[in-house]
Amino acid sequence: MKKTMHVGLAAVMTAFVLAGCSSVPLDDKSNVPVETRNTTGIGSGAGAGANTGGAGQSGVTPVDLTKGGANAGLGKIVYFDFDSYVLKDEYRPLVDSFAKSLTADRKKKVVVEGHTDERGGREYNLALGQKRAETVTKALALLGAADTQIEAVSFGKERPAAQGSDEAAWAKNRRAELVYR
Amino acid sequence: MIVIVPDSLTRSTMHNIRRSAQHSSVRSPGLVRTAFGSLLFVAAALFCAKASAQFRVEISGVGATQLPIAITKFRDEDRATPSLSISAIVRADLERSGVFKGVDAPGGLDENSQPGMTEWRGRAADALVAGSITRLADGRFDIRFKLWDVVKGTPLGGQSTAVETGDLRLAAHRIADYIYEKLTGEKGVFSTRIAYVTKGGGRFTLRVADADGEGGQVALNSAEPIISPAWSPDGKQLAYVSFESQKAVVYSQDTASGARRALANFRGSNSAPAWSPDGQTLAVTLSRDGGSQLYLLSRDGGTPRRLTTSNAIDTEPAFSPDGRSIYFVSDRGGGPQIYRIPASGGNVERVTFGGSYNISPAISPDGRTLAYISRQGSAFRLYTLDVAGNGQPQALTDTNDDESPSFAPNGKLIIYASRAAGRDVLMTTTLDGKIKARLVSTTADVREPVWGPYGR
Repeated sequence: MKKTMHVGLAAVMTAFVLAGCSSVPLDDKSNVPVETRNTTGIGSGAGAGANTGGAGQSGVTPVDLTKGGANAGLGKIVYFDFDSYVLKDEYRPLVDSFAKSLTADRKKKVVVEGHTDERGGREYNLALGQKRAETVTKALALLGAADTQIEAVSFGKERPAAQGSDEAAWAKNRRAELVYR
Repeated sequence: MIVIVPDSLTRSTMHNIRRSAQHSSVRSPGLVRTAFGSLLFVAAALFCAKASAQFRVEISGVGATQLPIAITKFRDEDRATPSLSISAIVRADLERSGVFKGVDAPGGLDENSQPGMTEWRGRAADALVAGSITRLADGRFDIRFKLWDVVKGTPLGGQSTAVETGDLRLAAHRIADYIYEKLTGEKGVFSTRIAYVTKGGGRFTLRVADADGEGGQVALNSAEPIISPAWSPDGKQLAYVSFESQKAVVYSQDTASGARRALANFRGSNSAPAWSPDGQTLAVTLSRDGGSQLYLLSRDGGTPRRLTTSNAIDTEPAFSPDGRSIYFVSDRGGGPQIYRIPASGGNVERVTFGGSYNISPAISPDGRTLAYISRQGSAFRLYTLDVAGNGQPQALTDTNDDESPSFAPNGKLIIYASRAAGRDVLMTTTLDGKIKARLVSTTADVREPVWGPYGR
């Protein structure tokens, strides 16, 4: 495993231990910024670009994780409109970056977890969440991910990200989360 | 509307739960930790009484014709069984059925009395029950009762039985069944069981309780959601969907022993288990071939046989009582509606047409009535429909968050989940919607009720 993955994994494991028996999906809390520098310097994206130069021996090149890079700053959640499982254009870059990551390392696996807002029946919403997850896995497959690297599952309305019965909460719950497993 | 809250029931119930909690034994949970997974807490416990969910019974509504019945306190009831009241349990059972109206009456009678019928007619009772409870030398209880037809002035019958402490509630329910059958000619459901899911404090449990909601015992304790419980026709197994491995997997569990096995754990989501009437097959919703489609699976697991082939969502299967058809939900026509397909495969026939969103089909034991949930505006409401196609859908409630209807095995009552004052609650209703009983949990949200079969 890459050293970078060890850092991330250790932080995530700590979060697990601290969270105890909570049923809150810990994945949401592991917003650990993972540096994706590697030794060949093929860079983590636009932000780590050219040296600013002219700063003599104390120059520092900023690495901006909020711009581009392998998943850095793109998050891993795709949101959907009400009653819809259409992948909106704004999430294409996120899906692209996951696909790149998967095609670059065939041992990587991603599970896409589909969710719905609280309205409607449990089993029907489980199936709707499944449709959302499959929209993303189909897109990943089209971009080169192997079948064995991706799985679509659903939590329906059973695992909301936001509590509340208003559109603000509902919008946060209509989602698909991409998780490395 | 008349609301009856039997105080003696509440007091004795709480005492009973406290007592049984002291005697409960929980098998230690197994912790499962994986490199990437969350910390899980899953214990398929042997039956252990947990005090966390306490129920009060509230019955409301006035029925078309209700038989007034006086159930007097059984002689020595307070002394012999201070933790529960047999006569109160019998009365609550009979009232919940919607067929009977309890008449308050003084005690002082037992099964050997010669009650004056004029006096009881004066109390406007058409039937009278009196009995006694005696503690036997071996620690069991001797329960005797007699039933009189006050109108005719004749005794109708009675029983005597000896039971252990643990079976006192069941004995009361069996007395209610006897009275119900003698006076209506129909089989009673008071000694059947229900299963339901609770959610509270970040945990989920699958519980089994008496049909009146009392005596709940934990069958499964989990940190992850549990949905869609389904009783096997012999009442020995509960199938359900568990998210303990971070996806939907169908399990089947023996309620007496806690032994469980995964029936469907294919790629993607596995859900909505429904038993065939002969108990040999389950219909399930699987996404293994993409989408959500119906499959048939042997009760022993194995390779599923695909039943529906559509590009839509097909889910929530429910067998007809003759096992020949399967009702299910599909959005192949745009929004979710209820359809029917032969269990051997074949042409799909649409069943619901009113409204744009109809889900959660449950079919009555005589196969004639479909109960389901229909979205009306932003409300989700319990409806029934005559499947022979005569008549309009009938709304049974005026609440807004109804879910998960399930018929009692005599087809006379429906249990469902609803929402009241911000809590998830369980309700029963007569088929005409007139008499409703609320089983209110005071500590956790309750949902996903299913009514078990006869025979315990």
